[in-house]
Amino acid sequence: MSREQQAVARARKAFETGRSRPLEYRIIQLKNLQRLFIERQKEISDAVKKDLNKSEVGTQLYETLGLEGEISLAIRKLREWAAPRPVEKNLLTLSDTVYIQPEPLGVVLIIGAWNYPWAVTVQPLIGAIAAGNAAVVKPSEVCVHTAKVMEDLLPLYIDKELYPVVTGGVPETQELLRQRFDHIFYTGNSTVGKVIMEAAAKNLTPLTLELGGKSPCYIDKNCDISIACRRITWGKYTNCGQTCIAPDYILCDPSIQDRVIEEVKKSIKDFYTEKPKTCPDYGRIINQRHFKRIMALVGDSAVAAGGDGDESDCFIAPTVLRDVKPDAKVMQEEIFGPLLPILPVSGLDEAIKFINKREKPLVLYVFSADEKVINRMRDETSSGGFLANDCLVHFSVSSLPFGGVGNSGMGCYHGKFSFDQLSHLRGCLIKKLKMEGVNNMRYPPHTPKKLGCARFFILKTFDLGWVGRMLLLALMAVVAAFVLQVRETQAKSKKMLLFLFVCLFVSFHVFS
Amino acid sequence: IMSGPPSPSPTRWFKALRTRLGEPCLKTYPLECVDLLRRARIAFQAGRTLKESFRLAQLEAVVRMLEEHECDFVDALGRDLHKPRFETVVFELIMVKNEALHAISNLKKWMEPQSVEKNLSTSLDECLVINEPLGVVFIMGTWCSPVQMCLVPLVGAIAANCALIGPSEYTVHTAELLHRLIPFYMDNECFHVILAGISDLPEIVELKFDHVFFTNREDGSRIAVAAARTLTPVTLILGGKNPCYVDQHCDITTTVQRIAWARFHNAGQSIMAPSYILCHTDVKARLAQALKCCLMQFYGPDPRESRSFGRMVNLEIFNRTRELLWRSGKVVVGGQVTEGEKYIPTVLVEVAESDPIMQQEVFGPVLPILTVNDVDEAIAFINKQEKPLCVYAYSTNNKIISRLMSETSSGSFCSNDCIFQSLMVALPFGGVACGMGSFHGRYSFDTFSHRKACLLRGTRFECVTYLRYPPYEDRNLSLMTWACTLSQKSQGWCQIM
Repeated sequence: MSREQQAVARARKAFETGRSRPLEYRIIQLKNLQRLFIERQKEISDAVKKDLNKSEVGTQLYETLGLEGEISLAIRKLREWAAPRPVEKNLLTLSDTVYIQPEPLGVVLIIGAWNYPWAVTVQPLIGAIAAGNAAVVKPSEVCVHTAKVMEDLLPLYIDKELYPVVTGGVPETQELLRQRFDHIFYTGNSTVGKVIMEAAAKNLTPLTLELGGKSPCYIDKNCDISIACRRITWGKYTNCGQTCIAPDYILCDPSIQDRVIEEVKKSIKDFYTEKPKTCPDYGRIINQRHFKRIMALVGDSAVAAGGDGDESDCFIAPTVLRDVKPDAKVMQEEIFGPLLPILPVSGLDEAIKFINKREKPLVLYVFSADEKVINRMRDETSSGGFLANDCLVHFSVSSLPFGGVGNSGMGCYHGKFSFDQLSHLRGCLIKKLKMEGVNNMRYPPHTPKKLGCARFFILKTFDLGWVGRMLLLALMAVVAAFVLQVRETQAKSKKMLLFLFVCLFVSFHVFS
Repeated sequence: IMSGPPSPSPTRWFKALRTRLGEPCLKTYPLECVDLLRRARIAFQAGRTLKESFRLAQLEAVVRMLEEHECDFVDALGRDLHKPRFETVVFELIMVKNEALHAISNLKKWMEPQSVEKNLSTSLDECLVINEPLGVVFIMGTWCSPVQMCLVPLVGAIAANCALIGPSEYTVHTAELLHRLIPFYMDNECFHVILAGISDLPEIVELKFDHVFFTNREDGSRIAVAAARTLTPVTLILGGKNPCYVDQHCDITTTVQRIAWARFHNAGQSIMAPSYILCHTDVKARLAQALKCCLMQFYGPDPRESRSFGRMVNLEIFNRTRELLWRSGKVVVGGQVTEGEKYIPTVLVEVAESDPIMQQEVFGPVLPILTVNDVDEAIAFINKQEKPLCVYAYSTNNKIISRLMSETSSGSFCSNDCIFQSLMVALPFGGVACGMGSFHGRYSFDTFSHRKACLLRGTRFECVTYLRYPPYEDRNLSLMTWACTLSQKSQGWCQIM
């Protein structure tokens, strides 16, 4: 048996013992995971620095701070999420118990990515642990040092049978995909995504794909251009452009293009000094293959800022390209690097048409002070997420589902959505063996009379809320009449009426 | 992928597939599907399906179609499956109507953007989740409940999508009826019915839809692989072997009535019917006897004469069920098989675990009974098999019911009755391991929508936002970490971004 097969088999055996089901156990695992980030911050940051040249502050800000928040949220809300969820009943099931019970799926495979290795690999793990599953974690082999640190540290804090870490490259991943899982969670690009989906389809394994795409960013003429450009610069060049939700390209009116370029240049200088190469806060491209790929994308587009690179250091300066044409090289694939192309468009209509002609992106950005522009953009285009007047931050709101649509992925996660995505929501109906008289209408031999009964019971929609309100109204009316009869005094009866009126009003709102 | 234009020779137009009564089946060719898909996409991109009034009109049209053509449906299903009028009306028509009416009264609520809980940094912004339509979806039906399995997902898809519907080729008359009626009632550009054979389905799926909904008991993985090639999300509602545990403490008469009804309606052709009984050894004899009486009561002494008993859909399924029947266990009730009418009467069999009938799904009126010594054995047996679509348990003891529910896993669970949980509009219906995704009620709407997360910020308060920009300073980080812990005490994750 190969190493991967063994890890999966052990995880399944551990899951079948049932020890990941009790909520207390899950909370203990989550608390241990929390401790990992508090106690081992140094080792984590060192590894990330070696892989992506991220500063220690940068690592904390973008990777571990978010994870700590998600873990606390999961610990606090686990009881609520895992509790049975009652649903509305119909006439036929009035005396029964009906609810949805969230259940663990079994063994989940989590395939991570290299751009935010901890954030993207551990966040689904939090959801898997919270939902009571076992999880096989496969960190990306591209971020070598982080994969090693994960392999070393995770087993020290969380159950190493239930949550094994399997490192390796393409052959190891293929071997893993040959095993049977109950859910596969993949973050990466669409080409590999298709391969993974096909492998999953053979075993009918459900999956969540967090892919990428070219995320457009539209700047309206009518907006505060300097703040907009600061936010875009931050969103684009953080992690050297290697963010799945980075604004990929800008669409703006030709009249503001020069201003935009100037403001972006200014922000680059503010953030990364005159010499980004020596600035500790500016990252590097992950490896030489990607370096070559990104430099080739510049093609024959006009460079307005930056443009230089150093292959030995995998450094590419923050670059802005101007007057880019739709068929330019840089517009043919997701950039995933520090190149910011600006395409001039003549207005909102052209921008919307341009965006809709392409694949649905993971996120769409709009910068405008005009609410109408924002609403039109939101309603007339489709994307995984939508963010107005800022970049990246929708990722941090755990009550918003984070995911793609179409070519940018399927499924979503963050917060409760992670829990639901990695659970099975099982419909449960608990009946009794009594009241068989009502059931007789469904048994053969079938008669027209029985059919009439069935029609009534199933189709009659019974709004219990409305009935409740009417009953309460009737009750109030009776009490009012009674009170008015008993209390003869004028002044007192007026007060009573007022009091009853207020009661009626309040109860109406309570019942509706 | 696409073959050449269809030749006009009779053997290509009329496939070898024939109906129960020997009539030939029509079919829609892949080239035509390409054209229909193109028309649906153009209609979708023009935004026709977005208005609430359009969606409501389509839903009301579905209801009208079912009401006005009730007789036609009863007739078509009668010819396909010998379905009694009661079953057609209650399980096919009324069920779809129920879903459509539920959708009509809740559509406004479902369409509304939902505000979500904000964190400290976004308290001045708008955080919404919007339900967006996916585009053009493909719904493939099954032959055991042809109308229900095509139209219930359609009700969900009318959540502003356009749809291509492919009813099963086995239930020819129903498929042709839908093909004929839907253009009269629903928008002609947005909704199309195609008649496709199961072998053509992967080809059609690769034409690229925005979601594929497939209900059929096998071949789910071929469709899923075809969908994977175009990164199309799928919902698969497949079958499984649904166990039914009967405890020694239960009211045998009522139990038997409910199980018999569930197993033998539609001549056993239902994905939700209990596939086998696990009963306590003490109860076995009484159970078999009670079943005999119950069946006599339902279908009379000769079920062939009963108008309430259905038929198998075609020769292939008939032969397969007969094979399984003859090579397994011992017949206790029924057992006669009449080929002429493709009919197998009600049968009960005493079975061992390794018998062929326990290895495959049985789509026929055959109910095997296996004996176990206690609940633990039953739970161990159920967990050894693949996770089924439903798990049923009959007992008056609540502890046993809870144990069965928490120690097994299945798409859904029902105690002291069968199939009912799938009639409830508020419960999600779907499998786990035998399928993926779910539908019914709100869940259909969610299956065919994309929940887009929207965050609408302003450009004020840059004085706070600056904390996140480089050059990164420890001071700024400490401030943000402090704010996080502050906000973690009251709410979720916060980053002053």
